[in-house]
Parts: sequence; C-alpha cells; structure tokens
Amino acid sequence: MNVATRNFGAPIRRNEDPRLLSGQALFVDDVELPGMLYAAFLRSNVAHARIRSIDVAAARARDGVAAVYTAADLGDYWAPGPLLVPPPPIEGITFNQRTQVPLAKDKVRHVGEPLAVVLAQSRYLAEDALNDIAVELDPLPAVVDLEKALTGEARVHDDVRGNVAARVRQCRGDYAAARSRAKHVIARRFHYDHGASSPIETRGIVASWDARANQLTIWDTTQAPVFLRNGLAGMLGLSERQVRVIAPFVGGGFGPKIMLFYPEEVVIPWAAKRHNCPIKWIEDRLEHFFATTQERGQTHDAEIALDADGRILGVKDVFLHDTGAYNPYGLTVPINSQCTLLGPYVIPSYDSTFTAIFTTKPIVTPYRGAGRQHGVFVIERLLDIAAHELKIDRVEIRRSNLIPPDAFPYNNEIIYQDFAPLTYDSGNYEPILDKALAMIGYRTFLAGEQQKLRAQGRHVGVGVACYVEGTGIGPYEGAKVQVQANGRVSVATGIGTQGQGHFTSFAQIVADQLGVEVPDVDIVTGDTDQFYWGAGTFASRGAVVAGNAVNEAAKAVRQKILKLAAEHFECAEEDLEIANGEVSVTGVPGQAIKLGALALKANPMRGAVKPGAEPGLESTQYFGPPSGATASGVHAMIVEVDPQTFALDVLKYVVVHDCGTVINPLILAGQIHGGVAQGVGNAFYERLVFDDDGQLLNASLADYLLPTALEVPHMDIAHTVTVSPLNPLGIKGAGEAGAIPVGPLFAQAIEDALGLLDRDVELNEIPLSPGRLFELTAKLR
Amino acid sequence: MSTQMHAITVTVNGKQYSRQVEGRLLLSDFLRHDLLLAGTHVGCEHGVCGACTVIFDGAPVRSCLMFAAQTDGHRIETVEGLAADRDHLHPLQQAMRDCHGLQCGYCTPGILMTMKVFLEDNPNPDEAQIREALSGNLCRCTGYQHIVEAVQLAAERMRK
Ligand code: FES
Ligand code: FES
Repeated sequence: MNVATRNFGAPIRRNEDPRLLSGQALFVDDVELPGMLYAAFLRSNVAHARIRSIDVAAARARDGVAAVYTAADLGDYWAPGPLLVPPPPIEGITFNQRTQVPLAKDKVRHVGEPLAVVLAQSRYLAEDALNDIAVELDPLPAVVDLEKALTGEARVHDDVRGNVAARVRQCRGDYAAARSRAKHVIARRFHYDHGASSPIETRGIVASWDARANQLTIWDTTQAPVFLRNGLAGMLGLSERQVRVIAPFVGGGFGPKIMLFYPEEVVIPWAAKRHNCPIKWIEDRLEHFFATTQERGQTHDAEIALDADGRILGVKDVFLHDTGAYNPYGLTVPINSQCTLLGPYVIPSYDSTFTAIFTTKPIVTPYRGAGRQHGVFVIERLLDIAAHELKIDRVEIRRSNLIPPDAFPYNNEIIYQDFAPLTYDSGNYEPILDKALAMIGYRTFLAGEQQKLRAQGRHVGVGVACYVEGTGIGPYEGAKVQVQANGRVSVATGIGTQGQGHFTSFAQIVADQLGVEVPDVDIVTGDTDQFYWGAGTFASRGAVVAGNAVNEAAKAVRQKILKLAAEHFECAEEDLEIANGEVSVTGVPGQAIKLGALALKANPMRGAVKPGAEPGLESTQYFGPPSGATASGVHAMIVEVDPQTFALDVLKYVVVHDCGTVINPLILAGQIHGGVAQGVGNAFYERLVFDDDGQLLNASLADYLLPTALEVPHMDIAHTVTVSPLNPLGIKGAGEAGAIPVGPLFAQAIEDALGLLDRDVELNEIPLSPGRLFELTAKLR
Repeated sequence: MSTQMHAITVTVNGKQYSRQVEGRLLLSDFLRHDLLLAGTHVGCEHGVCGACTVIFDGAPVRSCLMFAAQTDGHRIETVEGLAADRDHLHPLQQAMRDCHGLQCGYCTPGILMTMKVFLEDNPNPDEAQIREALSGNLCRCTGYQHIVEAVQLAAERMRK
C-alpha cells in the first residue's frame, strides 16, 4: 500500500509556535538554578600585545565574588582548541594550524580575547569586579591590512612568517592555453566583505555539575551539541555519558554558533565542576562583536577569458582571505569561495589560488553563505563587465554559459569543502532564469519603462544574478522514532534547531508515514541524552540529512506497525491501512487498533517473545549522503536610486529557487526571506569598520546597521524542482541561498539605475552604502 | 551605579509584586530573573533591537532602558499576559502562527507587544504603516515579510 503525502509539501503551521508565542520556550538565559554563580570575562581592549601581568587580587577580595581565574589557574586544562575541519586533501597545500585558547597566556591577538573570568553572586557584581583587575600589556603593532600582513614585520603568531595561515591552488583544465586562445580577457580587482551574523540572541552557556550523580549538564546556544559533548568529556576526563548537552531553543545561529570551542565553553564547565555549583555566562551585545566569530573580507584579482561570442573559456583568480587571529574552522570559508565562483556556468578552465592570512581581528568562521557570496560576486561581476564590453545583454551572456540540463551530474573537477570532488547532482538552470525574467519584467523594463522613468528624472535600474549552492553535506545524521502508549509519536535527532522549523518539517515526514496528524508528533532536537549521535546544523543540511534519517526511521516503524498488526488481525500486511492514528483492515469495519494500543502490545508484560524481536514500536536509523546536493537560483530586482543622497528604494524583488523537493513551502519561504534580508544588510548596510589599530569602531547595533522592515523589500518567490538523486526524499538544502547573490545583484542594479558602466564607474566592492556610492562616483561630479 | 535598595510595588500582567530592588537593576533583568517572566527577551541592552519591549502604562517601552525602581506604582504587560494559555492565543499571536511570522522566536515577544499597542492606535493600517511601526524591532530571521502579513491578518480579524 502507498504512503499518503497529506502533509509532505503542504504549508503546515509550526508545532513549536505556541510555546514561542506565549513566552514559554526555554532559551539558555532562561535557565535559573539554585546556588548559581554568574560569570563575566575580562577581555583585551587592544588588538595585539604581550601580556606582562594580570593582577586579580583586588577582584578576588570583593564582596560577592566567588573566584577569579586567569590562564595560569587552568593548569594542564589550558590548551589550544581543536581543529574542527582539517584541510581537504589538495596537493601542494600549505596549512598552518593555530587555534584559539581558553584564556590568553603570553599574548593577546584580537580585541575581545578573554584574559580572566570572574564568578560572582550576580552578573552585576561580576562586572563590578572586572574593574578591579589590573592588566599590564605591552602593545604590539596590529595586523589589519591583508597585503601589509604578508610583507610586514608584525606577526600574529611569532612563528608564522608572512602571517600565512594557508595557501591553496586548485586548477581545472589549462587556463594559460585558454587565455592565449581568447578574444577578450577582462581583469579586475574585487573586494567583498561579509559581516557579523548578529543573531538577536547572543551566545550563552549554563553548566551544572551534579556531584552525587557524577553528571555534568550544559545548556548552550550551540548549533552542534553532540560535538560539544564529546569535546567537553574529553577535556574534563569524563566519559561521554557523564556529559549532557542541551541546545534548547536558540535565538538564531547563522553559522557562528557552530564554532567550538569558544573560550567560555571551555572555562565555564571546568569552573562548574570545580565549584560544584551551576554557573551561567551570557554574552552581551558588545562582547558579541568581538567574542563571537564573524566573516570578513577577501580581495580578489580575477580575470575571465572569453571567445568572440562571450563564451567563457576560463577564469583565473588569486585572492587573499582574512581568517582572523586563529583558524579553528580550517579552510571551509575560502574553499567555498573558490568553489562557488564557478556558479551555474560551464567554465572549462580554472586556475584559482588563495592565501588565508592571520590578522589581529576576531576569528573568521562560516556565517550564512560561508564564503560563497565572495565567489559569486566575482563571477557575476566579471560577466556584467564582459557583457558591457562585448555589447551583449547581461542576461544573454549568462544564458549562453549555463550548464545544459543533460550535463548532470556535472563534475567541476576541483575539491569541495566536504573533501569530495565538486559535482552538481542535478539541475536545470535556464527555466529558473526565464521565470525570474518574466516575474521581474526584464524585457519590458529595458525596452521602454526605464527610459520613461528616466525622462521623469527617476533613476531606476534592473539587476539579475545567478548562483548555485552546495548544500546538505555529510557525514550523517540519525533519528529515533517511537510510538508512545498514548498514541503520540516522539522523534529525537542529534541536530540543534535555531528557528528552521524542524519541529514541524520532521513531523510532516513522520505524520505521512505513520498516519497521524502533525501536531501529534513531538520532536526533540539538540539534547544529547535524547539522541546520542550526530554532527550539527550547518551547510544547509538539517532538512536534507536529518530529514532523510527521520524518514528512514519512520519507514522502519511503519514496517513494525504493519507486521505486528498483521499478527494481531491474522491477516496479510497488504490488507492493512494506517490512518487517523490507527491500523485497520481494509474494508472490514470495526477491525482497527489504535497505534498506542499496538505500542503497548509491542512491549508485553508476560509471555515469550520470538528470538530477535525488539520491544516497542521504535526505530533508530541513520542517513549519510554520498556527497552534497546542489541547489540553484536566480534573484532579480528593480531599484530606484536617489542620485543626490544615494538612498535606495527596492521597487521589486524576485527569487526563483530550485532546492529539489519541498517539505513545507511556508517554512522554505521564511528561510529565503530571512536570507535575502541578511543579503541586503551585507550588500548595503552592514560593514565592520576596523581602524589601523585593529579596533572595531562600530560595535553596537546603533552603528552596525541590521536592516529593519523599512530596508528589506517585499519579495516574490517562485520555485522550480529538480529532485536530488542523492537522497530518497529528493531534497536540497535552502538555508543559505537567500543570502548568496544579493551583493552582485545590488551592484549591477545600482550601476544600471545610475548608468555607471557607460561612464566608466564600476561597483566592484561590497558592502556599498550611500556614503561609499558618493565616493565611488566622485569623478562624475 | 547605584546599589542602594528601593522598595517597589508593581503590577505585572494584572498581578501585584512587592520587591526590594537595587537602584541599578534593569527592568528587563527584574522581569526575567526576579519575577521569572523570561518571555521578555534581551538582545542588545542598548535600546536598539526592541526584543525587550513591554507595555508600561499602556505604552510600549524598552525594558532594557528602564530601571526596575522606576516602575513603582505602575502597570506592566509582558508577553506572558497576552493569552490565557497556549490554546487560546491572542489574535496577533494566532496570526503570527498562521503566517509563519516567527522563526527562532527570539524577537517575537517584543514584536507582539509593540504591535499590540500599534493596532490599538491604528486598527486598519496599510503595509507602509506596519513596516514603519515595525522598524524599531530587529528580526534577524524572517526578513519581516511574514510578520507584516501577520499584522495585517490580525488587524483584519480584530476589526470583525
Ligand atoms: S534588549 Fe532592549 S532594545 Fe535590545
Ligand atoms: S524570528 Fe529570529 S530574530 Fe525574529
């Protein structure tokens, strides 16, 4: 019999909302325990210095202070953190591993690096005591500019010459030969700066040691609870079963909350064990700008070789990547930039080299898009400039270079962040482009509308940008599905959730398999005692990898239900149907049993069970995709620019997206809206401004501008579907797509609105802003 | 900052609380950690994000920009007071759920409290007015579009 897809694909309201809407969802800072101490960290206020001394005596003596610790107090526990992602197996690679430390010992390497921690009766008292600590620092020159970092004297790590964290070259085909054949070669320098993820909930951790049970419980805003548990157990000399990590409701993550181990995550559990009491630390917004990882800048020197018709023969790119003071996340961000540059296009030859550079700035790890934006910006800008120089329509140059639908799976012949060759599983790009053009009204806009508006003195332009996104990478996730005696179904997975709607999308999958309603399925995520194994929520992989694990487990439970019910009714499994929370014999009224009753039967109190039988209606299954699934899309917009103030008004914004099979279109739309909003911030409003001393000059939400409801446009979204052959549900991830192509889209549309390319002004950097546009157009005045 | 103690009596969601508070204790911390009404969230503690918004004598205020000591004799509503229970949501809460107006839900309590007062003042707003009224609350997840739709839907339902 077939499984009905009543819920899969439907815009179902979310299971988790009533708790969140009524203020009853548990976030980390909501955890209050008797006898709790509160932590505050003393952080370096300079970017680069040798530590001469730290005197904590006065702080220790203050009323209400339980303890003050520096690196020296940590003893053997003090150690640099692990390398989370080792470099991929690429020939000739240079990689210098330097990971962050729990509390700075000899040197500080960025503003905000922790020097000491105070534990006190309240956070207020802990912060009072920070003022009592006397620190003597010998300042060193800051390392801020990437090119100067390579040649200058100052070293972030004394033994790393030129501050080179890594150097990687990847090639496909023979670029030099392609270049010599080319009719046109266009070379430019591009700067792309990404920013701070800025979830509205900052980071936090509560650790509680129960000496009677020998058990450590951690509540943490992490995106990777299982890894956090494993690492903490190792550091503290405990077995994994003695550590329980709970990632409760988390107020947005977007990447940086997957970083491990933040210094606070090392220090607070250690202190909780030592003091035998619960300890809480919650990051404040100022700390968030320094103490949480961020993304930042790359400088690309790129060139594209084309034939007379605008066909791409090859691309060469040499770029510098700012990795910050340490590199615990390996090469994920720059490898993503390197790979995603290839986009949806046939690029027969590619020669790409990057150098990752240590600077005295906060650590760089993936933030939504994770370096993909930088690569997409380069190729999209190169195509815009090429179209202009070759006098080809911007859209047509893209169309003529798209990978054709019969070329999948398409191998790009370089290595991706998951260590596998960068192969696109499936896709059909031209219909996406056509749909976006139709929705934005590209032809009619250019054929007359724009002219008409210009005649009225209005500066309105159109932009179109394409991208692909590698999603849903391994290694694996698992899920346990269990029918409860009351008929409800419980599901546990190892991933954490930060608003992606997993409580609902996973319930939809289960509800269809087991014939129950979505609200009857209870999902637990991010509690290592509920589900032991897993990797985490990153790289747009939750729905793909955990979703398929949930599906496999639900299918196995379905088989158990049918088998047991067939025995119960003494009929064939084919004669049974599962619906409305019960199993019934098809066509025989009254012959039905509730799932809950069947679950009780599966766990008998007396009698013999057959050898090999397992009690209960439950199953645990795992899913690991062979490689990542590639989603794709096109964004288009029409924007009006005020030529005096350079204020923007986005008149229309269109997203056409292919992420394979869709579980819940409402949740998917939300993911795309949110991604675009962050893309808009990145393109035009958010810039981390560091001065030459490595000081961040705008570390507040009043100065670092997150887009509000007035800056984020209304979006029209449409989908095409090419299913992924890499997983049974055919899903591709969608978490990051919205954010990826917004930068080049803004640059192109603003150029068009102001007619800049005709006047030799190119917008080859992101973020832009009114002020920056004023500067870049100076020569026109 | 003042560590002097003040006696206050404040009504929160219709219930009276009498407490001794330090002069420097933020209203947001008082609500969250003293009264254990943790539904009011804190995102920035410098008055920008709006997550901490509560209704003070009928007007939306940022609880991170007030001291608990200033609330003596006043009336406060928080997200916990919006609905009798989870099964009987306020029309705004219901519309937020129907339109998928929340993802992580961290900004949501502040948005609900801001929009409640807004709809009382302006029961029939257009999209531009809603966006303007929302612009003091930051949401990093939703891109606002579904929130705008939810406010429109709630307004429509509340007019009936
Ligand atoms: S926490 Fe009060 S406005 Fe942000
Ligand atoms: S829903 Fe996450 S910040 Fe608004």
